[in-house]
Amino acid sequence: MRVSLFIPCFVDQLTPRVGLATAQVLRDLGHDVEFREAQTCCGQPSYNSGHWDVARAGALRALDVFRGAEVVVGPSASCVAMMRKFYPELLAGHPRLAEAKDLAARTFEFGEFLVRKLGIEDVGAKLDAKVTYHDGCHGLRELGLREEPRRLLRAVRGLSLVESEEAETCCGFGGMFSVKFPMISTAMAQVKCDALVRSGADLVVSSDPSCLLQIGGYLTREGKAIRTLHLAEVLAAR
Amino acid sequence: MSQPHDQFLADATNATADAPQRDFLRKALGGYYNSRDTQKARYRDWEHARDAAALAKWNAVNRLDRTLTTFAANFERNGGKVHWARDGAEARAIISQICREAGAKAVIKSKCMTTEEIHLNDALEAEGYGVVESDLGEFIQQLRKEPPFHFVFPCMHLKREAISDLFTKHLGTAATDSPEELTMIARRHLRQLYVDADVGISGANFLVAETGQVSITENEGNARLTCALPRVHIALAGIEKVIDKLDDLAVLLPMLATAGAGQPMTCYNTLYAGPRQPGEPDGPTEFHVVLLDNKRTALLADPEQRDALHCIRCGACLNVCPIFKNIGGFAYGTTYQGPIGSVLTPHLRGLKSWNHLSGASSLCGACTEACPVRIDLHHHLLHNRRNAALAHASWFDRIFHGAFGWVIARPRLFALGGRIFRQTLPLLRRLPLPYLTTWLRTRDLPEPPVRSFRDEWKGSKR
Repeated sequence: MRVSLFIPCFVDQLTPRVGLATAQVLRDLGHDVEFREAQTCCGQPSYNSGHWDVARAGALRALDVFRGAEVVVGPSASCVAMMRKFYPELLAGHPRLAEAKDLAARTFEFGEFLVRKLGIEDVGAKLDAKVTYHDGCHGLRELGLREEPRRLLRAVRGLSLVESEEAETCCGFGGMFSVKFPMISTAMAQVKCDALVRSGADLVVSSDPSCLLQIGGYLTREGKAIRTLHLAEVLAAR
Repeated sequence: MSQPHDQFLADATNATADAPQRDFLRKALGGYYNSRDTQKARYRDWEHARDAAALAKWNAVNRLDRTLTTFAANFERNGGKVHWARDGAEARAIISQICREAGAKAVIKSKCMTTEEIHLNDALEAEGYGVVESDLGEFIQQLRKEPPFHFVFPCMHLKREAISDLFTKHLGTAATDSPEELTMIARRHLRQLYVDADVGISGANFLVAETGQVSITENEGNARLTCALPRVHIALAGIEKVIDKLDDLAVLLPMLATAGAGQPMTCYNTLYAGPRQPGEPDGPTEFHVVLLDNKRTALLADPEQRDALHCIRCGACLNVCPIFKNIGGFAYGTTYQGPIGSVLTPHLRGLKSWNHLSGASSLCGACTEACPVRIDLHHHLLHNRRNAALAHASWFDRIFHGAFGWVIARPRLFALGGRIFRQTLPLLRRLPLPYLTTWLRTRDLPEPPVRSFRDEWKGSKR
C-alpha cells in the first residue's frame, strides 16, 4: 500500500525519531512510504482556541496536500482526530466537505492502521521492558481505540505490559490549556505521573506524542526514573 | 480578562496547591467509580439505555411548547397552580408573594439547585423569612454559609471531623466521627422545623406532562417531609425538567441514580400530583409549581447546544472530570460546577465573562462518555470557545492565531521558524516569553534535535 505520512508539526521539530520510527515500521511491513513536504500543522491549536477561520484554512490546505493519497497515516491520535472528526465539522456547508469526508475515511492513526486496516498485531519488534500504556484522550474517546495499541504491545517480544491506575485519565496536556491553565494542567500531570510510577513500569508508551511531551516533561522535571516512548518507537525496536 | 476569569485563576491556583484536599476528593470519588460500574453492569445494555434516556429528553425538549403546556394543564386539573417566570427576579417575586399570601414565617426547603441559581434563600431571608435547608449536605453548607461544592454532593469536600465541629459550634452537640450519629444530630434538629414551617420549597427532578406530576428523587426522606408537612408547597423547576410520559421515568430514574451516585435506584422516588384532595388526611392545601426560563429558551434556540437542556443534573460529568477533581467545586464560581456548568454558565450568565470555563478544559471527553443523556459536553466547550472568539477575541489571540495561520500556510517559513526555534531554545528558555516560560515553570522540553523530521527525510532521499 502507498502510505502518506502525516507527521505532527511538533514531532517534525522536536521528536523526529517518532516520525522516523513510524516510517520504518511501515516500510518493514512492505509498504511504500511517502512524506509530502508541503504539510505543516493540522490547525488544531487554532481550532481548540476557537479561531475556526484559521483552522479552516489549515484544513483546506491539508486537503490539497493529501489529495490523491491512498492512505494517510499519522503517529498522533490527536492530529488524526482533528482530520477525521473535526475537519468535516469545520467544513460543514463548505463546497469541499465531501473531500474532507473522503480524507477522513482514508486517514488513520498509526496503531489503528496496523490493527484495524492491515490486521497486523505482531510487527516483529523486540524490546525487553516493563511497559504501561497511557491512553491519550483523542485516541480513546474520539477514535475509540482501547485494545488496538495494547494488542500491538503484547505482541512485542520481551515486553511485559502492566496497566496503571488512571490509565484512561487525561494527562493534562490539552494543547493551549497546558499553558493557559498551567496550575490545573500540572496538577493533572502529577496525578497521572504518580500513577505511572506506582505501576512499576520502566516505560510509559502512548500513541500521542503530545501526551508524551507533557508526561515526559513532568517526569524528567521531577527526576523520576520512568521514561517515555511512542508506540511507533517500541514497534521499531529490534 | 474578566473579573470571574481572574477569580477563577486565583481560586484554581489555591485549590491545585492543596494536595491533601485533592487526594481526599479523588479518593472520595474512587468509591463512586466502583459502585457505578457495578450498577452499570446490571443493565442489559448501558449504551442502549443512554440512547433511550437521551431520546426521552430529546422528545420533551424539542417540543417544549407542547410538553410544558400539557404539564401545566394536567397539573392544574389536579388542583395545583402553575406560575411562569421569565428570570430569577420574576421567580423570586412569585415565590415571595406566595409566602406572603400564606402568612408564612418559616420556610423549609429540600435540595434544589434551581433555587441556588436564582439566589432564593438570600431573597427570602431579606424579607424576614426563616429559611432552613433540610437536605443534610445543604444543611451543612447553610451552616457554613457556603454554596454547594458539588451540585449533587454539596459537602463532599468536608471530612467528618469538620462536620462534627460545625455541629458542635452551631448546635452544641458532642463531637463524633460516626456518620450515622452526625445524620441523627441533623435529623433531631430538623424534625420540629418541618412541623413549624408554613411553606415547603422543593425542586423537581422531572415534571411528567402526561399526568401532571412532579417527580422528586432523594436519599434522605427530607423532601417527603418538606412536601407533606407544611400547608403550602412550592416546587421550582427549570422548564427543561418536563418529560412526556410516566413511562420515561422507567429509564430516567435508574439512570439518574446509577450515573450520578452509583446506586441502582435512589432511596425515595416520589410523584406528587398536586395539593391535598378532598377526603385525604394530609399533604399541603396549596401546591405551586414555578417554571423558570432564565435564558433556557435562548439555549433552546441554539440547535448546536440545545442538547444541554437534556441534563438531568445527575453529576456524573463532575464525578469523572479531572479538572473538577483537581480544582474542586468552589473555583468554578458558578451554580452548576464541572463540565455541564462550563457549558451552561456562559448561556446563563454571559459568554464574555464566563468563556474561560470553556477554556479551562483539556477536552478529554470523560464527561461526554459518562453523560447518561448523551450531551455532547466537551464539544460544546469547543463551540463556546468558537462563539467567544468570533464575538470578542483579545488582540493578543487575534495576532497569535493570525500569525500562526500565516506561518503554517508556508512550509518553508514553517521549517525555517522551526529551525530557529530549535537552535535558539537555550536562549529562549531564559527569556520571559508567553506560553514557553509558563510551560517550563513545571515541565521540561525534550532536548531539541539538530535536524527536524523533514531534514532527516530529505537526507535519507539523497
